[in-house]
Amino acid sequence: MKKDTVLLEFDGVVKEFPGVKALDGISFGVRAGTVHALMGENGAGKSTLMKCLFGIYHRDGGDIRLNGESLHFTSSRQALDAGISMIHQELHPVGHRNVMENIWLGRFPNRLGFVDHRRMYEDTLALFESLDIQVDPREMVNNLTVSTIQLIEIARAVSYNSKIIIMDEPTSSLTDREVEILFRIINRLRDQGVAIIYISHKMEEILRISDDVTIMRDGKYVGTWEARELTTDAIISKMVGRQIENRFPERNRRIGEVLMRVEGLTSALEHSFQDVSFEVRAGEILGVGGLVGARRTEVMEALFGLRGVKSGKVTIKGKPYPIKDPICAKKHGLALLTEERRVSGIVPVLSVAENTVLANRPAFAHGRVFVNNGKIRQVVDENIRSMNVKTPGQNTLIRYLSGGNQQKVLIARWLLTEPDILILDEPTRGIDVGAKYEIYLLMNQLAAAGKSVIMITSEMPELLGMSDRILVMCEGKVAGIIDAESATQEQVMTLATKFMV
Amino acid sequence: MSDKTQQPPSKAIAYFRRLFTKHGMIEFVKDKALLIALIIMMAVITIRDPNFISGNSLLSILVQSSTKIIIALGISLVLLTGGVDLSAGRMVGFAAVIAASMLQNPGYSARFFPNLPALPVILPILLAILAVVIFGALNGILVSRFHIPPFIATLGTMIIVYGINSLYFNMEPNRSQPIGGLRSDFTTLGTGDILGIPIVVIFALVAIVGIWVLLNRTVLGKNIYAVGGNKEAALVSGINVMLTLILVYVIAASMYGLGGILEAARTGGATNNYGDGYELDAIAACVVGGVSTTGGVGKVSGIVIGALLLTIITYGLTFIGVDPQWQFVIKGLIIVVAVGFDIRKYIMKK
Repeated sequence: MKKDTVLLEFDGVVKEFPGVKALDGISFGVRAGTVHALMGENGAGKSTLMKCLFGIYHRDGGDIRLNGESLHFTSSRQALDAGISMIHQELHPVGHRNVMENIWLGRFPNRLGFVDHRRMYEDTLALFESLDIQVDPREMVNNLTVSTIQLIEIARAVSYNSKIIIMDEPTSSLTDREVEILFRIINRLRDQGVAIIYISHKMEEILRISDDVTIMRDGKYVGTWEARELTTDAIISKMVGRQIENRFPERNRRIGEVLMRVEGLTSALEHSFQDVSFEVRAGEILGVGGLVGARRTEVMEALFGLRGVKSGKVTIKGKPYPIKDPICAKKHGLALLTEERRVSGIVPVLSVAENTVLANRPAFAHGRVFVNNGKIRQVVDENIRSMNVKTPGQNTLIRYLSGGNQQKVLIARWLLTEPDILILDEPTRGIDVGAKYEIYLLMNQLAAAGKSVIMITSEMPELLGMSDRILVMCEGKVAGIIDAESATQEQVMTLATKFMV
Repeated sequence: MSDKTQQPPSKAIAYFRRLFTKHGMIEFVKDKALLIALIIMMAVITIRDPNFISGNSLLSILVQSSTKIIIALGISLVLLTGGVDLSAGRMVGFAAVIAASMLQNPGYSARFFPNLPALPVILPILLAILAVVIFGALNGILVSRFHIPPFIATLGTMIIVYGINSLYFNMEPNRSQPIGGLRSDFTTLGTGDILGIPIVVIFALVAIVGIWVLLNRTVLGKNIYAVGGNKEAALVSGINVMLTLILVYVIAASMYGLGGILEAARTGGATNNYGDGYELDAIAACVVGGVSTTGGVGKVSGIVIGALLLTIITYGLTFIGVDPQWQFVIKGLIIVVAVGFDIRKYIMKK
């Protein structure tokens, strides 16, 4: 297939929801054998557009054509059969089943009505070979890392002979090394003439991997450019429609005394973290870097009383802190924004207001028993305003908000507990540029107010740009603590792989 | 997307403008399927027999619904946490037997406790509730502390409670004879009225208000929704999930206990088979009323409507002379169809 043939064409696609035009005449073409990045802030309409493609939403106007033929899918199965597949941001493999069964789910090869396991195994091997994936088809998916599951999802898409593969934030939970593997596979698919629609917020990645870049803003089409004409700053300004001067806001550092000191913290589990020691001071942002699997999240969750600890000593403000449970952690001035916003953060079926006061409800109750709705309404209103949460109202269910706005609500939830030490685990994951900047500003304000902020992040620029000091973990141990001002990317990477054999 | 919603000039105008489109009508029907079904059903039954809509029938429906509503309100708390309570029906029976066994007429020939002096009515009632509450606490501890799935934990409790109730019921000299001859100051709770309002209906009203206040106005109620909506998030937020769950099963058990006591008072007797299968009726009432079995979603008004609806179905079908066997078929279909419609509503809104 020639590189210039337009495989998939969006032609003036319109989608309206009551009171809002979610898509307003989106037109662009995706060429065969290219990686086509689709960018825009959350709420720009990227996912709506994809849902229109897959028939999850019915488009109100315009046309979507594949090889010149108009598409009208009513289920994603039809899309799959037509050669269009999507790899979602959140993966849903069938647990307790092995790799090959996950790949061929719904179309097991059979002989006389019985599943032909042997052929399934061989087909899977052949498929993996063509993609250079090294996974045993008989391995249970539960034993695999997120990144491997992602590769398997891609293999699954390829197994449907997909001509178009859509990847939604495929690298959000991958380490740099895993990203390399993914990119190798993407390049291979591109060479085979497959078109890839790549949805991501990561600029460096986009510029590296994509051929074309389409940018959307507020449901409108901004334009399509060849990636080599673009720079990070150019993309950002097109996405937000304004120039962003600095990706990381400046602040005045005023580091105070030690707020929390952790000594020799060791997990109750064998293959988790050992002998973790560090301290964090008032007014300081301590970045925690490392590869996925370095047990950074485990350490922080253990400090918060969510995981078992075998030994170690923690003091907060000079007094011993007995790790017990989140209730005790909260009492000692700790707050934890967890990594998985959907799993352990939001309560999707409850409103923005309910979610905001979740961690501190007794404070908004008469005699700690009967809720004071008037006070809650007022406090939530203040927080929506001060955090710039975009929501139709405080009674809107939180699940209807974009990721960035959900995150702001969760941060507000923890700020209401008036913590001294905030632990933020991947606070900007899957969040658009504008919201990211706001969260950075907020972190700076907190530090300026004399609180300690501990931030786990897998994004190198964020780690280097936001932290005062950087703690790097590797294989469950502290590989080193370095000053962020003078730290380089190479230094962090060296530490992150220090104990690897 | 929703964050860019522009405020329309008037909510009401926009609502009606949307309603009177083909799409809007379909949405409306989907949204109010339950209520529409209820109205259609009552209309059909009334056409068949106009006497149905008389005050007598409606009062009778209210009386019949009362204990069901109380039990359904109890089980709804458990459903809201994402659990289920199979032991509800057997607890109803246990409470009924305990209360009845201590509230027989002193002159009655076959007394459970032949030499028991006449106790104040409230004492056996409290004892009956206390007995089931112990098992409610057991449910809560099994579920929260030992992480036994609610279905299994309460299945076990259900069987244990029935066993203990049967042992008690079979004690000398009663030997599994139905307990009768109940004192009139007790049975009046089930059959009497105050200013023309049946006392059971008053109990149901108090329970409705009580559970509504619990769920909407207390920290515990809000925590119940949070635990059901996302247990992990509740845990991380420092909500005492274990205590919340234990209290839920305890409060639920006390509601079943009250339901059982009223059943004994209403029917003037009790056996160890009282309450058999009530948990399923109560769950049906809840889910028909929009309580999600995955937790976190459900309103008191829905539960009351659900319980009323199921009673009206039974009552109405009997009223127009439908075979009892066919009533089961129709009732089952209505449950499935009603919930099917309701679930569609959530799927569409996704």
